[in-house]
Amino acid sequence: MNFDFTEEQTMIMDGISRYVREEYDFDVRRIIKDSNDGYSKEVWRRFSELGWLSIPFDEVYGGFGGNPDDLASVMIELGKGAIIEPYVASIVLFGALINESSNESLKKEIIPKIINGDYKGSFAYIEEQSRFEITDIKTSATKCNGGYTLRGQKLAVIDADKSDGFIVSARTDSSQFSTDGISLFLVEPEAQGVSLSNYKTMDGHSASVITFEDTFVSDENLICAVGNGYSHIKSVMPQILLALCSEALGIMETLNKLTVEYSKTRTQFGSPIGSFQALQHRMVDNFMAYEQAKSMVYRGLCEANNYSSGSIDLDEFTRVAHAVKALVAKSSKQIGDESIQIHGGIGMTDELNIGHLVKRLMMINVEFGDGDFHQKCFGQN
Amino acid sequence: MDTNFSKDDIAFRDEVRKFFDDEFDSTLAKNLGDGHGDNYKESIIAWQKKLYKKGWIAPNWPKEFGGTGWTDTQKFIYESERGLAGVPDVLPFGLKMVGPVIYTFGTQEQKDRFLPKILSSDHWWCQGYSEPGAGSDLASLTTSADYAGANYLVNGRKIWTSLAQYADWIFCLVRTSKGARKQEGISFLLIDMSSPGITVKPIITIDGRHSLNEVLFENVSVPVENLIGEQDKGWTYAKALLAHERTNMAEVADSKRMLTELKDKASKSIGGGRCLADDQVFQKQVSDVELDLMALEYTELRALASIAEKGMPGPESSLLKIKGTEISQQLHELHLKVAAHHGGAVALTEERYDEIQVGSDARNRYLYGRAATIYGGSNEVQRNVIAKAVLGL
Ligand SMILES: Cc1cc2nc3c(=O)[nH]c(=O)nc-3n(C[C@H](O)[C@H](O)[C@H](O)COP(=O)(O)OP(=O)(O)OC[C@H]3O[C@@H](n4cnc5c(N)ncnc54)[C@H](O)[C@@H]3O)c2cc1C
Repeated sequence: MNFDFTEEQTMIMDGISRYVREEYDFDVRRIIKDSNDGYSKEVWRRFSELGWLSIPFDEVYGGFGGNPDDLASVMIELGKGAIIEPYVASIVLFGALINESSNESLKKEIIPKIINGDYKGSFAYIEEQSRFEITDIKTSATKCNGGYTLRGQKLAVIDADKSDGFIVSARTDSSQFSTDGISLFLVEPEAQGVSLSNYKTMDGHSASVITFEDTFVSDENLICAVGNGYSHIKSVMPQILLALCSEALGIMETLNKLTVEYSKTRTQFGSPIGSFQALQHRMVDNFMAYEQAKSMVYRGLCEANNYSSGSIDLDEFTRVAHAVKALVAKSSKQIGDESIQIHGGIGMTDELNIGHLVKRLMMINVEFGDGDFHQKCFGQN
Repeated sequence: MDTNFSKDDIAFRDEVRKFFDDEFDSTLAKNLGDGHGDNYKESIIAWQKKLYKKGWIAPNWPKEFGGTGWTDTQKFIYESERGLAGVPDVLPFGLKMVGPVIYTFGTQEQKDRFLPKILSSDHWWCQGYSEPGAGSDLASLTTSADYAGANYLVNGRKIWTSLAQYADWIFCLVRTSKGARKQEGISFLLIDMSSPGITVKPIITIDGRHSLNEVLFENVSVPVENLIGEQDKGWTYAKALLAHERTNMAEVADSKRMLTELKDKASKSIGGGRCLADDQVFQKQVSDVELDLMALEYTELRALASIAEKGMPGPESSLLKIKGTEISQQLHELHLKVAAHHGGAVALTEERYDEIQVGSDARNRYLYGRAATIYGGSNEVQRNVIAKAVLGL
């Protein structure tokens, strides 16, 4: 039994931790967040140079060939800095979908560019009526000569305005809610009939409503076999959820640390507020919520390894991933609320990092379904 | 025991309902709905002036000072209708905070000078209590007022002053002498915001908006006639006011409104073809809050009945503040749950995406709503009050 990260992973974590501390503090983050691009091209290039953009990709395409533990270690540390670079959209979501793609020529073309920092992507799957149901798709892809015609609208596509390509889920067959008949296409923002309406999100990222009006997509842009979209998404979803939960873990650890530190220095009634038992117990509860979340993420990572070695199947792995996301949602909510409360007025300010970390947790919570959603998925299977 | 309405009460209810219907138009609703926009100040003054003209601006004031003379039942009806109509409460600083202090402890001259302008909303007031070093421990405040002939010279720094950017006047707790106990030596001063030496600096909150401020005082000269009651006795007046403030924080009517809106939104929220309102987990979460709110409504009525009998609200008013704010936070959370992904949106440029806008508003209310358990005496401090003053621990 072993719950340590490997030496190599520890080195990567130390590297990111140092980077966040020395080159990406909250003032730097704020400048980047408020910039026109909404991210920093230089930072992204640095990420590439340091090898962080290559983590989940297979070695044959120049990737690091990382497993879920590797990605988790990166996400924990990036979380601590509440990095607003489009790492989740490009590397975690888009990256997982393209890395598992069966379209060899597309992979050969795109993955090296992602690793070099020259290509970013997003996953467009939410629709107006779909809420958290990934199979609830009205966007249609109709067969035409040499490809498909795409028609429909995707909502809340994270960091789409920074992307060179979107992976879009669309119906090539079957009815609105079916798991069959879903296909995934790579669509470029410049393609005919694609229009974006962008807005900022509370965590400093951005999102877009993307409309496809008779957009032509070539057969060569299919990410997986026609109609296989759902099983493709399903196969990468547990690792995506684990990566998101790892990021949340890093944020929760930071919030707890900052809150305990603050409670030792903030004096009211002649004593540090941390000396009041009413607050001590609550900080202990937050500590426990964090430890439980950490155990659950680690449990998920162990199951990820069992899944790769074939000792559990995808359904079993998926069920654990639901459990991880559900528990992390609970801990996140508790720790987020309490961090603000225990800081008092100062915790309500935009100037302090607390609120920004909390808002990132809130965004992670709704990504691919909130805690209630995952708990239900867990309970039903 | 009963809470039945008489015929007169029902006629009164209809009158209130009609007034809100006629006068609280959609423009006002929009400008005040998710406040603090460009025309927030004008809109709120315009609305309060309508209430003033109608004579309904200060239901809780004694009739002689401009109150309505309503029975408790009528006040209850008015509040309920206000909530139902989605009409925001009046700004508390003048009408619910400094006004009662002035008519209770002020001189005749102060009453004549300030009360009419509070009622007519010609003076915008803000509350200058908290300081960087004096939050929960308010009595440790250090902003000083030194007596110098006919004036006090005020120096110091107030923080978290809500809406000070619009204010004409600020009521402050200041230190006038160093007593044996830190509660002694505090005075209650009314200060004109246009006095030389006052600087207001904005503080942006986590919802990205500007309602909080820092207010700095550098040798600000305040005439002695702006002192409330006796010098060094300000803490007594402030405490009386705090109890009032807490009683006003149950916000039952507003929570009821939020609950109705929540159910409505949930009935329109679908995913995978299923309606969120039919989801049993969600139903349980909503009814958990609803049960609490039903009980709180009667807890508040009981407290009001007891105030009517005994005069001042007792330490039980802390209960109303704790429960009221926690219920409203739970409602904010459920609204955000309905909004799902759209709760993330800020700075929307195009109006055509209504749902995204609704989600964005829900998120702002959620984030700003975190403060309700911090201000007005944090909920931890309120629990301490109940432990000590009610349970005798
Ligand atoms: C949105 C907003 C609007 C406000 N508007 C105004 C205004 O208009 N005018 C004004 O004067 N002030 C205003 N305030 C200030 C507010 O009253 C203070 O924030 C509040 O009194 C808490 O003080 P603090 O922020 O210094 O927190 P602290 O007092 O430092 O408290 C930090 C934490 O410690 C806890 N704590 C403190 N003492 C104890 C104890 N003995 N036992 C257990 N826990 C304890 C608190 O509950 C809190 O969780 C506003 C605040 C906010 C957030």
